[in-house]
Amino acid sequence: MSTGLSIFVTVISLFTIFGCAYLLWWCWTDKMGVEEGKSMGHNFDGIEELNNPLPAWWTYMFIAMIIFGLGYLVAYPGLGNYPGLFKWKSAHLDVRSLEDIEKAKALAEQNGERVQYEREIARGKEITEPVFAKFRDRPVEDIARDPVAVQIGRRLFLQNCAQCHGADARGGVGFPNLTDNDWLYGGSAAAIKETLVKGRIAAMPGWEAALGDEGIKNMAAYVLSLSGRKVDATEAAAGKAQYALCAACHGAEGKGSVLSFTDPAQQAIGAPNLTDDIWLYGGSRRAVEATLRHGLAGVMPAWQQILGDDKIHLLTAYVYSLSNQPVN
Amino acid sequence: MKLNHELVEKNVGLMAILMVFAISLGGLVEIVPLFFQRETTEPVKGLKPYTALQMEGRDIYIREGCSGCHSQMIRPFRAETERYGHYSVAGESVWEHPFLWGSKRTGPDLARVGGRYSDEWHRRHLLNPRDVVPESNMPGYPWLDKNTLDGELTLKKLQVFRDSFGVPYGSDDELKADVATVIGKTEMEALIAYLQVLGTALK
Repeated sequence: MSTGLSIFVTVISLFTIFGCAYLLWWCWTDKMGVEEGKSMGHNFDGIEELNNPLPAWWTYMFIAMIIFGLGYLVAYPGLGNYPGLFKWKSAHLDVRSLEDIEKAKALAEQNGERVQYEREIARGKEITEPVFAKFRDRPVEDIARDPVAVQIGRRLFLQNCAQCHGADARGGVGFPNLTDNDWLYGGSAAAIKETLVKGRIAAMPGWEAALGDEGIKNMAAYVLSLSGRKVDATEAAAGKAQYALCAACHGAEGKGSVLSFTDPAQQAIGAPNLTDDIWLYGGSRRAVEATLRHGLAGVMPAWQQILGDDKIHLLTAYVYSLSNQPVN
Repeated sequence: MKLNHELVEKNVGLMAILMVFAISLGGLVEIVPLFFQRETTEPVKGLKPYTALQMEGRDIYIREGCSGCHSQMIRPFRAETERYGHYSVAGESVWEHPFLWGSKRTGPDLARVGGRYSDEWHRRHLLNPRDVVPESNMPGYPWLDKNTLDGELTLKKLQVFRDSFGVPYGSDDELKADVATVIGKTEMEALIAYLQVLGTALK
């Protein structure tokens, strides 16, 4: 707030309070020249106005309010830029970016300000930090066997992931099942974590223009045959002849593109295995044809910014545990 | 005339003026400074004016009454920021006319829903929320996928935001080029474009 505005606010606020105090005093003292309890000379239909004083309880409450109000303005921010004796603040609101907020936090700490939101976060951290600390440095494969870690991961999953992958993590049409050990981008702990941190964007192009109606039909037949579906042999053979188009991503045998995560030169592009009879977008002839025609672009959002390292670590453990049940 | 009750009790006009004066004191302190404060008038660094498609989506959001059930205001409480993300700051709303903060949360807050779900998830969810969230009590909006935008009023809307509200849009030619991209898109696409940008300016 500029100094001018600050003065404007301060003057009006104090004027109002002292104005009320003056008004109260004025009403309290002015006896209107009539003795207390006697008629003011106004008489309407037999109802008479007497010169009664203000009720004492009401007056004392008014005075208490004024004292409280002034005390409040001394202790808390209210008078323009004056921060108040307690240096209290709800949150850092005069900011233009997350960086600004960090700066404001540092400055507040230096000045000994009490920022209510930050204090609440700090109190929360006192509870969560020891829990996160227990799991932070242990590998995902290890904590995936820890029932406490898995339980926390499950809670996080239900809150953040179940909207797409379902409360039971079995997914749905277009949203992968996370319990079947069938992975588009790899099922190692590192791969799952990377998926959570960075998100994934799939890109299957549409082939309507390249293949034409007949070609789409043939290719659908061939793709279904890869998963052992009964199809017209001639159609499938015609599709197979053009399969080179698909092999770039789905592999020569149609087994998909899950590539090694230990080798950074190989990038996982998430092309699914076509031979395992698992169909993310439906395994009907119609669904497969629609996929071939228009392509697909499944998106997994990135969660790093929203959840942070600790929560992602526990979520990874939960998701990992779904396909790697401990042997009892 | 003596300064007493009689003066105001017998002059209705004077009493009205004094009443307006007394009531306006609160507004002068609480509201007027907001028009001039940096905190409430300067956009956050990452804020971009809505594209034509997003603006149309925003109007559909208003038309369908989304703000009746969804707020767009994350308050600075841990319980809210843990669920929805960083608390909202005024600089994110300076180009909102009217703002859609809402005051009712039958559904979750949407102030930072942008980027949280895929476009396809939003499409399915808007067609029939139960398809993706079985316990949801939100109504479906299947007509959004059928209605297409003609872009007839889009240019006017953007011009109003530029000329009357000072939102830094470009020249009419630039706006026209943007408006052309709207024509023929479905309302669904517009609404999703709007939802996906919500809350992404603070970074």
